[in-house]
Amino acid sequence: METVSLIINGKKIVTEKSKKILWAALENGIFIPHLCAVPESPLPFGGCRLCFVEIEGVKGPVTSCTEEVAAGMVVHTRTESVLRLAGMAFELIMSRHPIICKECPANKKCALQDIAREMGFKLKPKRLPQILPELPVDDSHPLFIYNPNLCVLCGQCVYICNEVVKQARLDFNFRGFETQVGTFQNRPLADSRCNSCLKCVEACPVGALSKK
Amino acid sequence: MMEGTVEERLEALRETALGDFPGTDAGDETIIYVGTATCGRSSGSLEVVSAFEDSVKMLGIKARIIEVGCHGHCYAEPMAIVSKPGWPPIMYGYVTPNRVQSLMKRFFNDEDPALEWALGAMEENDLIPTVYETPRWAMEQRRLLKNCGAIDPENINHYIALGGYAGLANALNMEPSEIIEEMKKAGLRGLGGAGFVTGRKWYICRKVPQFPKYVICNADEGDPGAFMDRTILESDPHSVIEGMIIAGRAIGAESGYIYVRKEYPRAVSIMGKAVSQARELGLLGEDILGSRTCFDIKINQGAGAFVCGEETALMTSIEGKRGMPKPRPPYPANKGLWGNPTVINNVKTLASVSKILVHGSEEFASVGTENCRGTAVFALAGKIQNAGLVEVAFGTMLREVIFDIGGGTPPLIKTSQVAGEPSKPVKKKFKAVQIGGPSGGCLPDSLLDIPISFDTIMETGAIMGSGGMVVLDEDNCIVETSRYFLEFTQNESCGKCTFCRIGTKHMLNILTNITRGTGCMEDLDLLEELAATIKQGSLCNLGKTSPNPILTTLKYFREEYEAHILEARCPSLECKDLIAYYILPEKCQRACDACVGSCPTEAIYTRKDRLKAIDQEKCVKCACCIDACPAQYDAVIKISPICDLPESEPRDDTPSEEDKT
Repeated sequence: METVSLIINGKKIVTEKSKKILWAALENGIFIPHLCAVPESPLPFGGCRLCFVEIEGVKGPVTSCTEEVAAGMVVHTRTESVLRLAGMAFELIMSRHPIICKECPANKKCALQDIAREMGFKLKPKRLPQILPELPVDDSHPLFIYNPNLCVLCGQCVYICNEVVKQARLDFNFRGFETQVGTFQNRPLADSRCNSCLKCVEACPVGALSKK
Repeated sequence: MMEGTVEERLEALRETALGDFPGTDAGDETIIYVGTATCGRSSGSLEVVSAFEDSVKMLGIKARIIEVGCHGHCYAEPMAIVSKPGWPPIMYGYVTPNRVQSLMKRFFNDEDPALEWALGAMEENDLIPTVYETPRWAMEQRRLLKNCGAIDPENINHYIALGGYAGLANALNMEPSEIIEEMKKAGLRGLGGAGFVTGRKWYICRKVPQFPKYVICNADEGDPGAFMDRTILESDPHSVIEGMIIAGRAIGAESGYIYVRKEYPRAVSIMGKAVSQARELGLLGEDILGSRTCFDIKINQGAGAFVCGEETALMTSIEGKRGMPKPRPPYPANKGLWGNPTVINNVKTLASVSKILVHGSEEFASVGTENCRGTAVFALAGKIQNAGLVEVAFGTMLREVIFDIGGGTPPLIKTSQVAGEPSKPVKKKFKAVQIGGPSGGCLPDSLLDIPISFDTIMETGAIMGSGGMVVLDEDNCIVETSRYFLEFTQNESCGKCTFCRIGTKHMLNILTNITRGTGCMEDLDLLEELAATIKQGSLCNLGKTSPNPILTTLKYFREEYEAHILEARCPSLECKDLIAYYILPEKCQRACDACVGSCPTEAIYTRKDRLKAIDQEKCVKCACCIDACPAQYDAVIKISPICDLPESEPRDDTPSEEDKT
C-alpha cells in the first residue's frame, strides 16, 4: 500500500494514497460532518454539502469527500468559512426536517444529532423558517416503515439498493424542492418487489427508514 | 464509390453541389428565399411560402422558392429575399401573405420592387440602398451566423456549394496534434458560457490513453430568452456536424452525440436529416472521404430538464440515468461519458471549428480582444427595438450592442393629446440588461461602457453564459425580475444538493414576500447570506450561479428593494400587491365610458359628478382600464404605495334614464 502523509488540524496523518480527505480524517478521529458519502463508492455523491474543509494553497473551502489526500497537504476542518458553509447547509437541511426527536425511531443514533453535537450547531434553524414536507408515511412493507418527511435525501439507501444489492427498487423521484426518495412511480413499498434485505434501513442515517 | 484524394473527392461533391445551388447567378430564374426556422414559422412564414407559390403560379413566372434558415432579425419576421434577374436581391421584412400577392404583382407586372416594404438590397447597386448601411448590419460581424438564412438547411449541397466541409478536408490531411495546435493558436474559447479554451480541452482529452473517446455537442439550450443554438442547428446544421468530425479526429474519437432538447422539434428533425445526408455522401461513417477516419453521430433528445445543459448531468442523461450533476473533477475530458474521455462543446463552439481550419488560426484570431478571440452571439430580447440574434466581435461595447445595434427600448406610439399635432414616439427609459439568463446578472446603464468579453462581464457579477440579453425598461421591477429568474432556477433544480434544493426555495420565498410588501430589512441580510453561501457551496453551476440575479440587483439596485420593504412602494409600479389603479378626476371625461366596459370585474363606477372612479375592493389590477382609456385623456394611473391613494368619491345613486322607464 502506497502511503502519503498530510496534516489535518495540526495533526500528522499517514494514510493510503488516493484516499479522500474525509475518510482519512474520520479514521484518525477528526470529525467532519457528512451525510451522503459512502466509503466504498468509487465516485462521491456530493449532495449534502456538509463536509467542507480548507486546504492551504487552494482557494476557498472544498468538499472533503471529493478531494484526495496528497503528500504534504495541510488541511483545516474548522475555519470560519468552513463553518459558515457547513453551518448554512445544516440549517437548510434542518429547515426541511421536522424536529421531533423524542418520537423519532433514530433518536440518539441520528446523524443529524451527531453533527449538531460535534459541531455545536443548533438543531432548530435560527435564521430560516421551517418549510416541512407533509407526505404520507408508507408502512405497507411488513418489515419496515418509510417516513419521507424525515428523509434528508442523502441517497445512502438509493446507493445500497442500486449499487450493492443491485435491486434498484429505490431511486429519487420528482425534482428540486419536491425531490423524494421512492419506488418506481412512487408505488407503495409492498408493491415494489423489494427483497426485504433491509440494507437500506441500516444505511439510513436518520429516522426515515426504520424497522417495524 | 468515389476514388482519389480527400480534396478530389470533396471537389467532386462540390461540383454536384454547385449544380443544386442557385448562388448569385441563377440565369433567368427568380429565386425567392423565405426564412422558415422556428421563429419565422411562428410569425407565419409557411403561409408566406404558400402565398409566394400561388403568386408564382398565377403570374406564370419562372421562379424557385427556397426555404432557408433564420437571419436572426426576429423583429422583422417573416423575412424573404427576392432575387429577380436584372435586380439586386432585395430583402423584405414583416412579410404577410397579402403583401406577397401585391409585391409580386407590382414587381413582375410593373417592375416596381415595392421598396416601402424592403429592408434593403443584399448587394451593392445603383438603385436601392443596401441593408449593410443600417447599424444592425454594419456593426455586426457575421462569421458564425454567415450561412444562417443563406442556405437551405435541409440540403447538404447548399452547405457544400458555399465551401462547406473544406475545413474537414484540411483537418483530414493534418495530424491530430496539428489540429489541436491550430485550435490553440486560434484562441477559441468555449461559447457555451464558461469560456474554457477549446484547444486546451481537446489537448487534455487527446492525452488520456483510454478508448473509446466521445465528442458531445451540447445543444440543450434552455435559458429563457436565448435561442442562438437553436438558430444554428436549424439554419446551418452541417457546420456543427463538421466541427464534431474535426473534434473527433483531433482527440481520437469515433462517435459523437448531439444532445438536443426535445422542445426544439424542428432542430431535431433538421439535424437528423443533416446527419443522414452527410452519411450518404461519405462525410460521416466509415472511411470519411477516403481518409480511413471514422466518425458517426447519434442524436439524443433531452427530456425537458434544464439542468441537463450542465455537462455532467447531460452525460448522465445520455447514459440513461436521472440527469443529475456529479462533482468535478474528474472532468469529462478525463472521465466523461460511461467513464471514458469525452470532449463536450457547445453548438457555437463546434460551429466555429471549421472556419478556423479553412481560414487559419491567424484569420480567426484577428478579430476580438487579447483574451477573447472571435465573435460572440447574443440573443437580444425584452424591451428592445430590434430583437433577435446579434453577432459581434469580442471587445465591442455593451452599449453599442444594446443601443446602436438593438436600437434601445422600443418606441411607443401614443396619439397626441393636442389635436393636429403629430404623434411622437415615446421611448421608455432603459433600466437594466440581464446578461446570461437566469445564471447571469442585471447590469445598470452605468456599466454598459465595457468591452464585451468573458472576463469583463464576469467582473460585473453577471456572466457571459449562453449569451441571452434581456433588456428591462423603467416599467420592469428589479425585485420582480430577480424573483422571476430565481423561480426559473428553483423549478429547474434537480434536487441533489442541499444548497440548491432548499436554499433557492428560501431565497424565492423571501423575494416573493418583498414583492408583496411583507418583507423586512433583516430579510435582505439573510438573502445576501443565503446567496453568498449558495454561490460558494452548491455542487454544480446551476446552483452556484442561481444567486447571480439577486447579488447583482442587490448591488446595483438596492434602493428598489428598500422601497418595497420600507415604503411598501414599487418604484416601477409593477408589483401588484403594492399598487392601486386610480382615475385622475382632472383628466377623466364625463361623456366617456370606455373604461367601464373594459373592466372584467365591474369595479369602475360613476361618481356623483359623472366622472368615473375605481372600487378598490373589486379591482383585480388587470390594467384593462389603462389600455381602454383613450390616449387624449390618459386618465388612469397606477399609484404606489397604496396609502397614497386619494379618498374615494361617493357613487352616483340617482337612477339612470333606463331604470326610470
